[in-house]
Amino acid sequence: MSKLVIIGTGLAGYTLAREIRKRDSESELLLITRDDGSSYSKPMLSNALGKDKHPDALVISSAEQMAETLAAEIWTRTRVNRIDTRHQALHTEKGVASYTKLVLANGANTIMAPIKGGAANKILSVNDLDDYRLFRAELEKGKRVVIIGAGLIGCEFANDLSTVGADISVVDLASRPLGSLLPEKASSLLQEKLSELGINWHLNNAVNSVETSDEGLRVTLKDSTVITADIVLSAIGLRPNLELATEAGIETDRGLKVDRFMQTSHENIYGLGDCAQIEDLTLPFVMPLMNSARALAATLCGEDTAVCYPAMPVVVKTPCYPVVVCPTPRPKEGHWEEEITDEGVRALFRDNDGNIAGFALTGELVREKMALSKQVDDWLA
Amino acid sequence: MKRWRCLVCDFIYDPELGLPDEGISAGTAWEDVPDSWICPDCGVGKSDFEWLET
Repeated sequence: MSKLVIIGTGLAGYTLAREIRKRDSESELLLITRDDGSSYSKPMLSNALGKDKHPDALVISSAEQMAETLAAEIWTRTRVNRIDTRHQALHTEKGVASYTKLVLANGANTIMAPIKGGAANKILSVNDLDDYRLFRAELEKGKRVVIIGAGLIGCEFANDLSTVGADISVVDLASRPLGSLLPEKASSLLQEKLSELGINWHLNNAVNSVETSDEGLRVTLKDSTVITADIVLSAIGLRPNLELATEAGIETDRGLKVDRFMQTSHENIYGLGDCAQIEDLTLPFVMPLMNSARALAATLCGEDTAVCYPAMPVVVKTPCYPVVVCPTPRPKEGHWEEEITDEGVRALFRDNDGNIAGFALTGELVREKMALSKQVDDWLA
Repeated sequence: MKRWRCLVCDFIYDPELGLPDEGISAGTAWEDVPDSWICPDCGVGKSDFEWLET
């Protein structure tokens, strides 16, 4: 009898499992996760404070409820030690699990910048609910927060923390927030609005060291500025989790390499979500994940379905100044055209042929998201 | 008419407004939104929405 095993119960693993159950209620399904298997809203990790939500309130269903709904077995708090591709078996802390098909949906880890100092190990990052619980517990003790990284997650956390009166400093090597995604004016308007919330910027800068002191964590920047903080939060990006795959001899690049049918270099082994790289694309966002999970579910149920990506704009959760950005998923030559209106910024990124290859919208103009997306070429046609 | 909230990203579907950009005209009740419809912000399906108490 066929048995599908999914490693990971994040949005990728659970979405795939649910999509499969819509098509096939019979075959055996096992999910294995290193966390407690709660199904929770990941996007809300960076705006739960503003919504006055306790970490527990982000949980949509417990592992037990998910197991029942999905008619699946779920092994929680279980690490997978090794994939034996020859015998199609997983060696885990709870024993061996055989599979006929395997999906790696074990996500990504936050990148940690090389930072010196005796308290560098106290730097937090938030990429799952367990991390977030820890972060919120620390926040109960003190609200002076240094955020490393002025990208999507950094800006979202800065905005969210301001709602509880935190004293926030944001440090980034770049000269402006969302520097790699937004053109200049949109970026400076966002910076202005976040500044109005009391956020302190340390741009063109970096954290050199974090030490313990009587007053709290002593954070020293490259330009010798010293900030005393209760929490240092690193938000400089994600790196796909590839160890299991690499050790099993499965081909990897920046991510776990999969084809348009989400299959890795090994037959019967697939990759999905933040760990996966389709062609040249690693897109750690919810929309691409949902899209590819649906295609993979169809493929696994016998109806081969190639993944197609339309252009998928990202909604930046900065309520103080709404921003939507449709990035160019691959490096592309072109130029920004920024138009400032009373309602916000409409910025179009035009390639050398004059076509719209990406865009950014701010303020009230975010409502144009859908209409503009239709003018951008598919990311994976 | 009841409004519906996305459990994953908090997007709210308001039937009074509909989503004209996506061909869902103002006044379309949740029940009449096609099953193939997905959340415009995060891409989850209708089953990931819950109705909002007013």
